[in-house]
Amino acid sequence: MSYFPTIKELPPDPLFGLKARYNADPRTEKVDLGIGAYRDNSGKPWILPAVKQAEAKLIGSADYNHEYLSISGFEPFLKQAAKVILGDNSKALSENRVVSQQSLSGTGALHVAGVFLKEFYNGQKTIYLSKPTWANHKQIFENLGLEVANYPYWNNDTKSLDLKGFLDTIKSAPTGSIFLLHACAHNPTGLDPTQDEWKQLLHELDIKKHVVIFDSAYQGFASGNLEKDAFSIRYAIDQSIIKTPIVICQSFAKNCGMYGERVGAIHIIPGVEPNESLNKAIKSQLNKIIRSEISNPPAYGSKIVSTILNDPTLRKQWEDDLVTMSSRIIKMRYKLRDLLSGELQTPGNWDHITNQTGMFSFTGLTPDMVGRLEKVHAIYLVSSGRASVAGLNDNNVEKVAKAIDEVVRFYSKPKL
Amino acid sequence: MYRTSLRQITSKRQFSILNNKLNKWNEIPLAPPDKILGISEAFVKDTNTKKINLGVGAYRDNNGRPIIFPAVKEAEKILYGLETEKEYTPIIGSKKYQNIVKNFIFNNSNKDPNGKKLIDEGRIVTSQTISGTGSLRVIADFLNRFYSSKKILVPKPTWANHVAVFNDAGLQPEFYNYYDKSANDLEFESLKSSLLSQPKESIVLLHACCHNPTGLDLTPEQQDEVLQIIQDKSFYPLVDMAYQGFASGDPYKDIGFIRKLNSLVVDGKINSYALCQSFAKNMGLYGERTGSISIITESADHSKAIESQLKKLIRPIYSSPPIHGSKIVEVIFDEQYQLLPKWLGDLDAVVGRLNTVRSKLYENLDKSSYNWDHLLKQRGMFVYTGLTSEQVIKLRNDYSVYATEDGRFSISGINDGNVEYLANAINEVIKK
Repeated sequence: MSYFPTIKELPPDPLFGLKARYNADPRTEKVDLGIGAYRDNSGKPWILPAVKQAEAKLIGSADYNHEYLSISGFEPFLKQAAKVILGDNSKALSENRVVSQQSLSGTGALHVAGVFLKEFYNGQKTIYLSKPTWANHKQIFENLGLEVANYPYWNNDTKSLDLKGFLDTIKSAPTGSIFLLHACAHNPTGLDPTQDEWKQLLHELDIKKHVVIFDSAYQGFASGNLEKDAFSIRYAIDQSIIKTPIVICQSFAKNCGMYGERVGAIHIIPGVEPNESLNKAIKSQLNKIIRSEISNPPAYGSKIVSTILNDPTLRKQWEDDLVTMSSRIIKMRYKLRDLLSGELQTPGNWDHITNQTGMFSFTGLTPDMVGRLEKVHAIYLVSSGRASVAGLNDNNVEKVAKAIDEVVRFYSKPKL
Repeated sequence: MYRTSLRQITSKRQFSILNNKLNKWNEIPLAPPDKILGISEAFVKDTNTKKINLGVGAYRDNNGRPIIFPAVKEAEKILYGLETEKEYTPIIGSKKYQNIVKNFIFNNSNKDPNGKKLIDEGRIVTSQTISGTGSLRVIADFLNRFYSSKKILVPKPTWANHVAVFNDAGLQPEFYNYYDKSANDLEFESLKSSLLSQPKESIVLLHACCHNPTGLDLTPEQQDEVLQIIQDKSFYPLVDMAYQGFASGDPYKDIGFIRKLNSLVVDGKINSYALCQSFAKNMGLYGERTGSISIITESADHSKAIESQLKKLIRPIYSSPPIHGSKIVEVIFDEQYQLLPKWLGDLDAVVGRLNTVRSKLYENLDKSSYNWDHLLKQRGMFVYTGLTSEQVIKLRNDYSVYATEDGRFSISGINDGNVEYLANAINEVIKK
């Protein structure tokens, strides 16, 4: 008797396949633009100095241990994490309108958000995702049996935001739908709405009483400034623009370089009026979800983040580290754009590279061009044309620019 | 007044909130708090200097304090010096960690040729998980997707979260008889008959050792009988091993049940089983959430399919597991650091203290009005006293002794300084 007769082998994750091909490539000049993690100027992974210092402080402290956290997570972490995303002077925090639960980084937060909404939201349970979006978004919600739809986001012709399409979908979606917004550094396009565009979008979302989920995976990593990268969230909440419940899914994977430690949180703001008993009920339900999935969240990463956030010197170091990472990436964006538009006179407009922010650039390269980059030039990126700018450095940016120039010209030839 | 009355604890649970309804939202009732957590909270509030917490399932030393295993502490220092990145592992954890678990558990570090054969033939799929609960959850979701039966048989009693996890994953937990509370002993005949009365192909959950909460395990002969029933009824065996090493002090000895299963698989008598395992207790890595799920499969091809489905299942829930605890495990098992013998010594010392405390408690208990012999048969972190919930509540209210109402005492909360006080309190409560 076979125990699992229906089971079939699935194709590997495309990103994983890319990594495997990259690793197997013997060419010494190969470049990995597929990775979703920061690299320093010599192409190496980087542990933030703030993190390394916090670890030494934590491990050396007298009361350090490996005990279970409470089901909600590490309270000193949760308190500070909420302040990082909402601001030190957040009215929602001072009015006690925020319910926080530690999560297994961003994915864990989104999953818990999905479970919670599925059980307790009674409105239009369709979740609208940007087109395109991070591949896992769709899976996270569909896995829970939730309906997923799209809103237009990226205009490939102009390589800019499709604001009209986005607004039209907000207006035409049934009242009380759920919209997932990338708080900053949109993945994969790297393109964010301007502050004025955010205002328009959030006002329309309010008019239609849509529930908003903010996915905040890159706060501080995009601009180097925590406040600036939280604009959309703080505008929606501080001014009580959004009156329906707001869910924030916060990850410290990128901005602390603690990808594998799985540190994150879900913050729920149920409304614009304080409601202590409702907060307690929501917290208890989040606890119930966590208890039957993982019992309690992992301790170490949250203690590191808490150590950083509760120590002014380490906090300052972290903010410096954010500038180190973001400014290196921004510098690479300019270098690549200047090479393409200037020296190489590559056909097309490349300003979108510098208009984009965060880890990624949606280059606009076609799957054919991406294929040729890999085959001829040993440069690896996903077929959508998404390039991880973190993979660029002073030693390879010229090679990459020349290679892009070559593949663009190669596929433009028949038209010339 | 240092008493925290039971009424205060339970009243929270009965308090339902009626106005928790937002526009378009279902009512959000207050979910009942976790029982053990509630006890810890009441304990913290109690001002009696003699208070004793027997609720938590984490080790305490003879001064009542949490410890970091010395080998773990050393591994952590080494890791700090070595670590150059904190990047994502693959969805199912690093290959290194998977291989450590496979070799340690199934090959029993070169002591189980059957397990080795299964590893060499590619018939074991291992994924790192969020400790024991996470592994139970992953296997429950997996069985719900791919297995023929939703019914899962769990011992009565069992760890409370077993039922919660399986229910939440869409399985249908049902009890089989295990322990007779009035006799303070295993009820083996009734265990067998209750298993035999269940439909074929049910999933059956078995505790590998140190049954939680009773501390009472099947003898090797009884294990054989249960394994025969499993074969006769085509049950799917799911083994939970949270306390490997806590029965004997030696993790290589506490693994007899796994070895029996491996032998049956190699002989073709059972095709597949699954094991949930964690390093929470035996390395004291509780909060780091370090565990694994392993599925023994029918063939290497089958393994590939199962592994790909595990990835698909985990990716939308949390993407990849937390690295700190698993990296500590990797350092401890790395031969160049010579930490494995040290860890085994640490574990033996922990279990040794638990056994000493157990004996001391037994010595101090009044055996004239109550038979306490079951205490000496039980193994692991707990004693299952057989006290009624009324007696447990009386201990809490009159003596500031905090334990769960099923009469389970976490014995690491006992030490030289409080064992006589505790024994006296129990003697007094039993008298009335």
